[in-house]
Amino acid sequence: MRGARGPAGTRAPAGTRAPAGLRGPAGTCAPAGPRAPAAPRRTAGARTPAVLAVLVAALVVTAVAGLALGPVRVPPRDVLGVVLGGERAGPLAAVVWDLRMPRVLLGAVVGAGLAVAGTVLQALVRNPLADPFLLGASSGASAGAVVVVVLGVGAGAAAAVALPSAAFAGSMCALVVVWAAARRGGTMTAGRLVLAGVAVQYVLSAFTGLVLVLSADAEHARTIMFWTLGSLGGARWDELALPAVVLVVGTLLLTALARPLDLLLAGEEGAHTLGLDTHRFRAAVFVLASLVTGVLVAFSGAIGFVGLMVPHAARAVVGAGHRRLLPVAALGGAVFLLLADLVARTAAAPREVPVGIVTALAGGPFFLWLLRRSSRTEGIAG
Amino acid sequence: MTARPASLRAEGVGYEVHGRTLLDGADLTAHPGETVGLVGPNGSGKTTFLRCVYGTLRPTAGRVLLDGRDAAALGVKERARRVAVVAQDAGSAFGLTVRETVAMGRSPHKRFWEQDGPGDARRVARALERVGAEALADRRLDELSGGERQRVLVARALVQDPGLLALDEPTNHLDVRHQLEILGLVRRLGTTNLVVLHDLNLAAAHCDRLYVLGAGRVVASGPPGEVLTEELLAEVYGVRARVAVHPATGVPNVVYLPPPSPSRRPGPDAQEVRIR
Repeated sequence: MRGARGPAGTRAPAGTRAPAGLRGPAGTCAPAGPRAPAAPRRTAGARTPAVLAVLVAALVVTAVAGLALGPVRVPPRDVLGVVLGGERAGPLAAVVWDLRMPRVLLGAVVGAGLAVAGTVLQALVRNPLADPFLLGASSGASAGAVVVVVLGVGAGAAAAVALPSAAFAGSMCALVVVWAAARRGGTMTAGRLVLAGVAVQYVLSAFTGLVLVLSADAEHARTIMFWTLGSLGGARWDELALPAVVLVVGTLLLTALARPLDLLLAGEEGAHTLGLDTHRFRAAVFVLASLVTGVLVAFSGAIGFVGLMVPHAARAVVGAGHRRLLPVAALGGAVFLLLADLVARTAAAPREVPVGIVTALAGGPFFLWLLRRSSRTEGIAG
Repeated sequence: MTARPASLRAEGVGYEVHGRTLLDGADLTAHPGETVGLVGPNGSGKTTFLRCVYGTLRPTAGRVLLDGRDAAALGVKERARRVAVVAQDAGSAFGLTVRETVAMGRSPHKRFWEQDGPGDARRVARALERVGAEALADRRLDELSGGERQRVLVARALVQDPGLLALDEPTNHLDVRHQLEILGLVRRLGTTNLVVLHDLNLAAAHCDRLYVLGAGRVVASGPPGEVLTEELLAEVYGVRARVAVHPATGVPNVVYLPPPSPSRRPGPDAQEVRIR
């Protein structure tokens, strides 16, 4: 289509004039029969319901696997008996319902939330290399949370509020610092962004470690690992409500803001000329992304790379429009983190690997691949 | 489909940043339906002026009137309903499709959470047809060639339903054929157009009137035939040129002469042969 053009040359073959017809991956027009009535379009939009259905099924399967596998193997039939049949008595039920269920639920919530936060951060900085972990938001949340833990702010209800609040504040501060450092003269290059993110992340992780070592915490090595690498091992039924509510509300709000999120992809000036008050909107999205990240990290520690990989995979499947992308990314993130946690629990059994190590093992190489690809296509190191 | 063409009036528009004056009391008028060209050397303030008109920069002096209303009083959205922009760098946009990109143009007419309806889809389809890009609808914007992408961005501006279209070097990076196509297309839209152009011959052929900027000021304005003179080119651009109405087009045609150099034999007549 590139060479032969002109008003007539750009048109699809006669018969496919109206909505362009079937299109292969290379964007070629399939030959359409004469006057083919409304040829079905296989666009990303039409595919979304099927993708969502597949992801829901995958989520159910991984969740059942997460409940069944572990030091004690529970046959899937018994898992379903406990979950659906309401058998809450007996040792099997204790393992499935009291031990593993909160962990699976937290895993799904955290995975979904990190993927959603990653998706909107990528739109916000117009850069595929963004993710809550790489931009320092997760480390900021850890640092904030650790301060509260070490200071021992209150107990019970007070701590239940203080911990996530401090994590939210920490995550927000980290993002603002990275943003300010990466931005110069109204533009922000990918290279500066990644460097600023990594620097902030290192400083905050070091701070977290230092605070824990200086505190009287006898187990500081373990706690440092929890906060800097993340783990779902601490999941408890009575702590699930807050992350779940934040995830659902945050995802719904951001999906409702799909249109302005799409506009951000047109660039700062483009979005502005299309009627978006970019300053206000960006601030709002910053707060939402920090809130989701901060609250989740308060319960799971800083699990990395989920927010980097999942949005990419989701975009490859349903395209970049946020109304479709966000729900797909959320479900995909949940499935991904459940799988990662399954590996973390079973790969080196009876030992447990922090789930952040599993996600980093998958995410690091992915990041390198992305970096190579982006620098080839966009000169991203600039 | 298209809103009534707007009238634009800039009165003494100035822009200063960090103590530097980029724009100094520029006056400009574009009547409804007119295509007005903005030309001038690099750094003369063309893009700054355009940005003051479409509102990403707020003039530090003077004012911009759109249909007689002070543009500074318009909200971001309200202004986007009146002025659409085809800017130089549109970015790669993460793999949005052409259709999605064009649909963005409906945003100023929508609430944030509002979805596009069938009416919007029709507008998008019609705009794509109008720029001859309907076959590209499901392609990714970042896969397109420069000329195709430029036409898609014009389509996006069209569904914005603007009275005024502001274009910043829309022919940049395009080959000759695409340059002519884009400008011909813009002229047929029926909007009032304000176009920044580098190429003076394109400007002469496609604009009703030209404004020449030099060092942030309007140094000349009027129909191309009156504005583009050899004296003006020498003064504003510092180049030697010959300007003559081309017999085939009837519009002024500029031919640049090489600067007088001591190494070559001075032979103005020999060089003039190359004009023809």
